[in-house]
Amino acid sequence: MYEFDWSSIPGALPYLWQGMVRTLQITAVAIVVGIVLGTLIALLRLSKNSILSNVAAFYVNGFRSIPLVMVLLWFYLLVPQFISSLIGRPSIDIRLLSAFVAFALFEASYYAEIIRAGIQSVSRGQVSAGFALGMTSGQTMLLIVLPQAFRRMIPLLLTQAIILFQDTSLVYVIGLTEFFGVAYNTGNRDGTLVEMLLFAGAVYFFISFGASMLVRTLQGKLAS
Amino acid sequence: MISIKKVSKWYGEFHVLKQCTTEVSRGEVVVVCGPSGSGKSTLIKCVNGLEIFQEGEILVDGISVGDRKTNLSKLRSRVGMVFQHFELFPHLKVIQNLTIAQCKVLGRGNQEATEKALQLLEMVDLSGHAQKFPSQLSGGQQQRVAIARALAMDPIAMLFDEPTSALDPEMIKEVLDVMVKLAQEGMTMMVVTHEMGFAREVAHRVIFMDHGEIVEDRPKTDFFGSPGTDRAQQFLSKILSHSA
Repeated sequence: MYEFDWSSIPGALPYLWQGMVRTLQITAVAIVVGIVLGTLIALLRLSKNSILSNVAAFYVNGFRSIPLVMVLLWFYLLVPQFISSLIGRPSIDIRLLSAFVAFALFEASYYAEIIRAGIQSVSRGQVSAGFALGMTSGQTMLLIVLPQAFRRMIPLLLTQAIILFQDTSLVYVIGLTEFFGVAYNTGNRDGTLVEMLLFAGAVYFFISFGASMLVRTLQGKLAS
Repeated sequence: MISIKKVSKWYGEFHVLKQCTTEVSRGEVVVVCGPSGSGKSTLIKCVNGLEIFQEGEILVDGISVGDRKTNLSKLRSRVGMVFQHFELFPHLKVIQNLTIAQCKVLGRGNQEATEKALQLLEMVDLSGHAQKFPSQLSGGQQQRVAIARALAMDPIAMLFDEPTSALDPEMIKEVLDVMVKLAQEGMTMMVVTHEMGFAREVAHRVIFMDHGEIVEDRPKTDFFGSPGTDRAQQFLSKILSHSA
């Protein structure tokens, strides 16, 4: 029978916390940039201009057809060269920066589809009402359609954020340590890998599960 | 005020409007009726450019709706429209429904817009409901809010697209009462409706449409007294026997 040894966890907590901060950083950046960029892409995709809508469709389908790990690696290889050719050596950790960029662009493709569906779920009559009051297309989109679309999309956007939160663990491929990486490294060092990974798994579970419960409550509220 | 000249529209092969010509003068109330699918809603939506048409010309206060150079948003801000399904903005409170376009389109200050809104809510007898969301109101109340929302823009004319056909019978009157009040105050109105009682009470002229054509366009007394065509006669007898 395997003897669990949990004794090394309390000592590792400060490091684990640092890892969690990094995880949350990447998640937050990807959510914010992803939603803003995703909204723009969704609008382009719905545009009557076929060139714009095709470019947007290509972006979305492209990113959704490539494994996230690969996107991370590519950006890790690309971003540093791009940045240094632009502004010289950056002071920020290049791995973190490429993770931010990769996640933000990748998530934008998923958010774009969610938001597009949201925009399309708002009835044509609402658009007509905005127009009839003298609003421009831009005003109607910004003041009438998007607020309603986002309200309906909140549960889906949050669900996507939960997936993203778990996916951040993939940054280990570019040598960046976030929560999962810290757990793995410390476990390895102390010879308590099993305990550490069980603990890390439990933390992911509680955060994700808690957030899912929140989504369900929100869904109930929005439905009423 | 509104002048429609030989307007034709096609949805693909389908000829929706056929050479429609009519006129609504300042202060005039014109009721447009006809069987469903006759093109009456399409015609009224062409007046503020919510629907495009391929041939003919529509002038509103001398400005051509079909002209590409016309600033359609500006023109629409001067013409109020009330929809069959109210189309209040569900994410905004009643008061915000009435102020948003005043502020964002006309550039009015929040206080001025709010005062105007409250005044109009009082006019449609909904003073106590300013802070509610549309979903908390009945259909009749929502439609009265929608009328107030359109009036908040100080329109030069009002278009009504079947304003009572989505309402339960007991709520129709409260909406019609507001419309009658408006008509009596001299508002220029073009109203697509089956409510012949309303037409009898306040309309100056009645337009009867069928299969995309304006079949009759006559003063109300003539229209109700002796419809000039069999089609109008049949339509009237159906509608009137139903409401009797």
